[in-house]
Amino acid sequence: MALTLFYITSAVAIFATVMMITRLNAVHGLLYLILSLLAVGVLFFLLGAHFAAVLEVIIYAGAIMVLFVFVIMMLNQGQRTIDQEQAWLKPGTWIGPTLLALILFAEMLVIVMSGDRADTGYIVNAKQVGTVLYGPYLLAVELASMLLLAGLVGAYHLAKPILIPRGHKFRLSGQAAQLSFKLRKPGRNV
Amino acid sequence: MIELLGWVPFFPLLGFLMLALAGRRLPKPPVAWVGVGSVAVSMLLTALIGGQFLSGTRQPYRLVLGNWIEVGDLSVPIGFYLDALSLTMMFVVTGVGLLIHLYAAGFMKDDAGYARFFAYMNLFVSAMLVLVLADNLVLLYLGWEGVGLGSYLLIGFWYEDPNNGYAARKAFVMTRIGDTSLLLGLLLLFIELHTFDIQALMFRAASLWAPGTALPVAVAALLLGGAVGKSAQLPLQSWLPDAMAGPTPVSALIHAATMVTAGVYLIARTHDLFAMAPPVQWIVAVIGALTLLMAGCSALAQTDIKRILAYSTISQIGYMFMALGVGAWSSAIFHLLTHAFFKALLFLAAGAVIFCFHHEHNIFRMGGLHRAMPLAFASFLIGSAALSALPFTSGFYSKHEILSAAYEVSPGLWAAGCLGAVITGLYSFRLVFLVFFGVQPQDVDNRLDWRMSVPLVLLGVLTLFGGMLRIPLDSVFPGLLNPDRNLSLVSVATIAAPFLGLLIAVLLYFKGGFSTLPLAGFGLINRMRMFFFSGWGIDTLYQALAVRPFYFIAKANKNDALDSLYTLVALLGREGHLLARRSQTGHIRWYTSSIALGTVVVIAIGWLS
Amino acid sequence: MSEISIEQGLLLSAALFVLGLIGVLARRNLIMILMAMEVMFNAAGLAFIVAGSRWGQADGQIMFLLILTLAAAEVGVGLGLVLQIFRRFHTLDADSLNGMRG
Repeated sequence: MALTLFYITSAVAIFATVMMITRLNAVHGLLYLILSLLAVGVLFFLLGAHFAAVLEVIIYAGAIMVLFVFVIMMLNQGQRTIDQEQAWLKPGTWIGPTLLALILFAEMLVIVMSGDRADTGYIVNAKQVGTVLYGPYLLAVELASMLLLAGLVGAYHLAKPILIPRGHKFRLSGQAAQLSFKLRKPGRNV
Repeated sequence: MIELLGWVPFFPLLGFLMLALAGRRLPKPPVAWVGVGSVAVSMLLTALIGGQFLSGTRQPYRLVLGNWIEVGDLSVPIGFYLDALSLTMMFVVTGVGLLIHLYAAGFMKDDAGYARFFAYMNLFVSAMLVLVLADNLVLLYLGWEGVGLGSYLLIGFWYEDPNNGYAARKAFVMTRIGDTSLLLGLLLLFIELHTFDIQALMFRAASLWAPGTALPVAVAALLLGGAVGKSAQLPLQSWLPDAMAGPTPVSALIHAATMVTAGVYLIARTHDLFAMAPPVQWIVAVIGALTLLMAGCSALAQTDIKRILAYSTISQIGYMFMALGVGAWSSAIFHLLTHAFFKALLFLAAGAVIFCFHHEHNIFRMGGLHRAMPLAFASFLIGSAALSALPFTSGFYSKHEILSAAYEVSPGLWAAGCLGAVITGLYSFRLVFLVFFGVQPQDVDNRLDWRMSVPLVLLGVLTLFGGMLRIPLDSVFPGLLNPDRNLSLVSVATIAAPFLGLLIAVLLYFKGGFSTLPLAGFGLINRMRMFFFSGWGIDTLYQALAVRPFYFIAKANKNDALDSLYTLVALLGREGHLLARRSQTGHIRWYTSSIALGTVVVIAIGWLS
Repeated sequence: MSEISIEQGLLLSAALFVLGLIGVLARRNLIMILMAMEVMFNAAGLAFIVAGSRWGQADGQIMFLLILTLAAAEVGVGLGLVLQIFRRFHTLDADSLNGMRG
């Protein structure tokens, strides 16, 4: 029973991931990504990691993806972007990475299959996790909070609107130079 | 007094330093006082030392001033060795040198480089004195190189004319070839006998080596190479005629009396080594004979007064070499002494003639001076008589000794010497008749400075009566030659030979005698004349043999083929850098791909090992 | 104990990781690259959970929590950078941003 569910869920996850990386429209890709994350969440549940499953859904699929949604909505130019992506996604672009990644997968296959067999499925509930979290891994929690603070400050600072001095131009290269949009007027908040 | 030996080379050196450092700021009279005075002091010291030496036991005296090189077992002292041979050389250098310096004080009086001239001359005299007094070969080599330097500086004295520079360079390079041979010889001696001291070398060589074996022959041949270069003998003789580009006092001092006799001195000093190598000694004689004939023939065809005298010098040194080759060591030195007198006299008188003709050198443009310049005429007569070895001049005694000794060893050598005497008489009186008789082409300024006329007079006296000088060289050389006083056919022929030359000269050149112009119609005669004029084509030969290939190699290596090995390294580095630089494309995807590739490779390696 | 063996879990994690890698290497839009990276993070987390499930320890989930934290911080900073890039260069093409070449 659990094995069947496992196979179905993994199929969904893999399918969603494949779809995600091949979409021209960023929003579509995002939606498929959310699907993939939810599928992995179910997998966590099947593996007995209830706490992790919930975390996955709430934080990953909930908060982080929302961030992505906001940014994509801000930066999406509509049809022009889709045409751009069409131009960028040539078959030649896919061959190399796919081959490389397949070789990597083959290596990992070999390594994993040469190990010992074992069974999973021990249920580890939230209480256990909590106990360990505030026990041996206390320092890790503090560090994680430091990390989040750094991310917060960095994100705030890096996303600040910039003031382009009058007359200053930035050089573009490649296709961007051809497809660049009308430069905003200098001197104003962009 | 004899302990003052060390001061003899010192005073000219001091003169050089003073003039080199401060000479330009001094007016001419003090410069002349310093320049001539330093040599005068050396001359005085030489006279005193000589007097004491000759009146004493005549044992060789050695003075060591200190250590020059001291490395491990090797110890080269600054040592001076006084015996009859070095005393003779010292007399020549300081005595004739003093007279020439005095003459030069008058000859160069209008020259802007007055102080420079005397500085160089003093340097030269100092180096020459070190050369003749040195008791070890390294110090001798120092003097040897020093005179080479002085010669270079003085030949190219009037440096504004590049031809003078070329002549100086030619002299230096050709003597350098000889110097290298000398250096090899002295190093070989050191390797085999472990000392540089000359007397010790003679002793050890005599006890350790058998005569005629490879080692003494090799060493003697190398030393001969050095002597040949410095003394302008075959095959390194063509620098001397070109060296006449220097001022006349320079030609008189360096290229007549002193430097070119350094080779003769060297062979005489190391005579034991040469005695142990009979093949080389024979070669010395042969070189001397060939050179004297070649140079004599060349002198016949010259038109420049100084070049005639230059070829004459080469020829006379050939006589000295021939004497050394047949074992007449003291005769060679005696001829060196007399040659210094009459050749310096001839050069100084030629300088007076040139000076009065406003620096005209071509004898065919001179004439009729026997009334206008009586002193020069008398000097030339006396000098040419001695040069031709007419009886009762000093040159007669020395040449007669040499030819008698040569006859003892090989009649062929004697015949060459006699023929040379004929040619010598011919060219020297040709010169006298062409310059001093006939029609005077232009007015001459015949007022001679007293500084130029006094040396001429003194040298004239020495030339006439120098034959009476008997330097006791038997303390140095074995087997004092007893000249054959019997009036045999050989000695009659020897005495008569120069008269034959004089007779031919009278017939051809005296007051418009038989003209040689009809001969000019023969192509063969003309070609012979050109051949003699060019010094038997030696320069052309060397140009083809040595200079052209050298230029060819230098041109072929224009881009420095050997250096390209190093630039190749640099090039490889740079190309490697450029190659590596292409991996920095700036594209994120490229970098990510390389990370992924690296991961794949590392996992593969980890899994396989 | 369920019948899911550890190799299957790890293989699934490897597959998802590789797919995410393909996405990172093949896409030129910056946001798509970031999204593919999220997939890679997720796959790593899955591996941890599988391991924790095998041993019955909470350490796997702790590691997953830390990975989650990391992903959150990274997304925040990364998207801020993407916004900044868009403002300056008016493009999201990763290939045109090669000012660091040489």
